[in-house]
Amino acid sequence: MRSVRASFSQVPLLGWLLGALVAVALEHLVGTPVALALGLPRIPVLFGFLIVLAKPTLIPSAILYLLCIYAAPIAGTAWLGISVTNRLAAELFRLSRVISVVVHLILLYAVLHLWAEMSDYRVLVLRLTMIAIMLTLSLNVINGYMGEFSCSHPGFMALGAYVASVFTVVLFVDDRLFGPAWLPPSLGPFMFPIGLILGGLVASFAALAVAIPSFRTRGDYLAIISLAFMFIVKSLIENLELVRGPRGLSGQPEWATLPTVFLWTVACIWIINNFVRSTMGKALNALRDNETAAEAMTVDTRRTKMVAFLFAAFWAGVAGGLFAHVLGYVNPGTFGIQKLAEVLAMVYFGGLNSVYGAIVGAVSISLLGEVLRPLEILKWIAIPLLVILVMIFRPTGLIAFTDLNVTNLIKPKQHPGQEV
Amino acid sequence: MVFFFQNLVNALQWGSFYALIALGYSMVYSILMLFNFAHGDIFMVGAYIGFGVTTALIALSASGAIILPNWLILVLTILFSMLLTAFVGVIVERVGYRPLRDAPRASAAITGLMIGIILQTSNLALLGAQRVRFPSLVTTTTYNVGGVFISNEKIMIIVVSLLLAMGLHQFVRRTKWGMAMRAMAFDSAAVPLMGVPLNTMAALTFAIGSALAAAAGILFGVAYPVLDPYMGIVVGWKAFVAAILGGRGSVMGATLAGFLLGFNEIFVVMIFPSTLRDLIAYSIILLILTFRPHGFFGEPYSARLRL
Repeated sequence: MRSVRASFSQVPLLGWLLGALVAVALEHLVGTPVALALGLPRIPVLFGFLIVLAKPTLIPSAILYLLCIYAAPIAGTAWLGISVTNRLAAELFRLSRVISVVVHLILLYAVLHLWAEMSDYRVLVLRLTMIAIMLTLSLNVINGYMGEFSCSHPGFMALGAYVASVFTVVLFVDDRLFGPAWLPPSLGPFMFPIGLILGGLVASFAALAVAIPSFRTRGDYLAIISLAFMFIVKSLIENLELVRGPRGLSGQPEWATLPTVFLWTVACIWIINNFVRSTMGKALNALRDNETAAEAMTVDTRRTKMVAFLFAAFWAGVAGGLFAHVLGYVNPGTFGIQKLAEVLAMVYFGGLNSVYGAIVGAVSISLLGEVLRPLEILKWIAIPLLVILVMIFRPTGLIAFTDLNVTNLIKPKQHPGQEV
Repeated sequence: MVFFFQNLVNALQWGSFYALIALGYSMVYSILMLFNFAHGDIFMVGAYIGFGVTTALIALSASGAIILPNWLILVLTILFSMLLTAFVGVIVERVGYRPLRDAPRASAAITGLMIGIILQTSNLALLGAQRVRFPSLVTTTTYNVGGVFISNEKIMIIVVSLLLAMGLHQFVRRTKWGMAMRAMAFDSAAVPLMGVPLNTMAALTFAIGSALAAAAGILFGVAYPVLDPYMGIVVGWKAFVAAILGGRGSVMGATLAGFLLGFNEIFVVMIFPSTLRDLIAYSIILLILTFRPHGFFGEPYSARLRL
């Protein structure tokens, strides 16, 4: 057992990704026949959970399917390819870290793309999960790294969603509300990032309303200020007939495709990871732990707070813009207490002060939300219970206070020449 | 002028719900230094328990076993529901908050949020999605006082909530338990060392807060007889804002701020279209907190170096 673990610990990330690629390719080729042969009605969309929860008698077949299609190929490829992938990873690592990272990302995207291609549902779940990662990560900057309890994230998200939607709908869509398109729609996908960034900037600007009071107060009062901000944004949009008030805005073109969302998520993770590892990020931690001491140590507390809020709000706005274009419809009711509870649960479930934690929290809560769908209403008892259990046994979340070190991630796990 | 007084009465009624719920937030805060985010949903649970008790009592009365007049049913309902909801509050404290006594406060806040969702969902799962109608116990009579119409329901609601708030104030001022609470609020680290049982105190505050929320729930049911599982969200969060506005952990402050929030909302609707209510109400709160960040009765916070 130990030797198996030891040999698997020498598999570099590249090996795992290649394994996953083999697995999804296999599913692509023989997934349907295998599923039918095992007595499953169709390919298990989310690792068989949906089928199993609806029909518990199918548990053995679902497990068998997972073993044949996912576990065996991944483990097999990873194990058989140890020396090759390690050498390859070493070569890439020596060549240039940037190229190595890009290769890893391309592989990751290929895996996700092939996996998602099997059904539209997977594409939707994947995109929403990635948006959740962006939201959680940006909220983690405020709630985890800076240690405030900000409740304004749905508000920032709403602003980003509406600004980006209005931008694309006015400029590129023939719409009953805003009239004919101003620019040819073929130009749209290239201008889409501008709309998203615009949404992010507006959210960022609005974040001043929370950032400026944060100079004078902390903790509960700031939580209330941010909560009030969220309600104000929601209520403001509900009263804006220009964007059809509470009935919501629809007709966003489908430009938030899987590659677009993937690229934005990667950019978000990369930039936020660099931000929190920078001097400014350390200043945030200093601020959280002791504001007075931080100021005595020449941390410009006002500037730090301001930057953190504006920065986090920007990413929340971008995530909101993507969210609107994934669903093709937004209404102000989406950005209320429920959304807040969801994002907060993701942040605290995954882990404070940690990029890994944010990713884990966002992925696990969004996937749980989809996987437990057959439980219907009881889903909303199961997920909160799980979060409470995590809070009781690991109060700062599953993977708190961990740095995301890309170099460690991509480097070969075995020195060339050393055999298993 | 008549119009103004009419709205004043409405505002007093509306504010009394906020005040009663805000008291629960404030009490818990003063002992445990955390906000019980499930409190709004305890208000909802209280209203539903009240609904159950009333229905049972009416059925009992109709079966002829004991003939109860309507006013007695109402009084019994309020008392029983306060008791039962106090138990719910104690259970929430025991299960959700006690294990997190030493955890960061934000974790406890998340737990509270999650308990709120569980309460809503269990209600939805048990009773289904249709709304229930609170049985009407009071035959509405409206008095005309110089052009201002005041119904007996409104008077009852305002009087009962003022009595409860005053009762709590007296409890905190006069009794030994109240003294322990004030001491705990003053220094929550040292007082347990002096022999004040922290766990009992926490359970007591949750019980009292939940009982008050139950009273608010029943009064709410009398005034607006349709109950639904999400009723705690809107009212509860606003009461939470009131608790903060009043200054954390202040009984007087919470009561006053609750009424103030009620006035704020009713008078906003008097002048502006009703859809703007939340927008203006929260903007006013934001302004107040921007200029007076520690609420009306709270301690100011400062971390800037003073050299």
